[in-house]
Amino acid sequence: MKRYLALFILTLLFWLLITLSLSVANILTGMVAAAITTGLFGRYFVTRVGMFLEPRRYAWLLVYIFIFLWECIKANFDVAYRVLHPAMPIKPGIVKVQLGVQSDLAKTMLANSITMTPGTIAVDVIGDVMYVHWIYVSSEDPEVYSQKVSGRFEKYIKKIFE
Amino acid sequence: MNDMVSTILIAIGVLFNLFGCIGLIRLPDVYNRLQSATKTVTLGTWSILIGVLVRYGFIDVGVKALIAIPILFFVATVAAHALVRGSYIFGIPLGKRSVKDDYKEQKTKP
Repeated sequence: MKRYLALFILTLLFWLLITLSLSVANILTGMVAAAITTGLFGRYFVTRVGMFLEPRRYAWLLVYIFIFLWECIKANFDVAYRVLHPAMPIKPGIVKVQLGVQSDLAKTMLANSITMTPGTIAVDVIGDVMYVHWIYVSSEDPEVYSQKVSGRFEKYIKKIFE
Repeated sequence: MNDMVSTILIAIGVLFNLFGCIGLIRLPDVYNRLQSATKTVTLGTWSILIGVLVRYGFIDVGVKALIAIPILFFVATVAAHALVRGSYIFGIPLGKRSVKDDYKEQKTKP
């Protein structure tokens, strides 16, 4: 029940932010929309709602956003360089990466972060293993590329979402 | 001052979107094309949105631009993941220059 309430509040906040008006009609419309969304998708929401009330997680999230943005900008210059270079220095392949996080939410966020960073797209997650398409497979050693692909984010993701 | 900063940010954004489109044409197979289509285009669009925020400030236009950033993050990544996985399962082969395919073992399993 708690998770439905949390999702309802989040959706309503989101509605108020995108419409940016506090008239009664707008709030009522938002509540109807939030109720419908909650009814449809509430069962997919996070199980431990208490997570939202721990300020420590928000502090780490802030740190993580900056690290992530930096990696993301680097990734973009990297991909732009590979695209514009006449010989196109690419060496694509799908590699198998061992994950160090357990909860579903953490896995989702890690996969999303990996997709946004240097030349990698998460293809599939099966149990503890993630398959990642990599535009430049720089090493054949699983240890080395696990570190390169997911190692940078794992410790922050663990602190924020687990 | 704000106008200048926002113009620069929007110009950077458009430039990155252009790189993304060049990559879409030049790269060899669907997987590599998605790489350029997600990353470069997403950062380019973020840059344009931040430029809009700088120009208009925290009124409704600016706040909407700010909210579009996380939405774009989730939509772009999930769409890229779904497209890559879908095209692999559909049977589109990796390009000739690919060096490794660990996903094959998983796919051939029942």
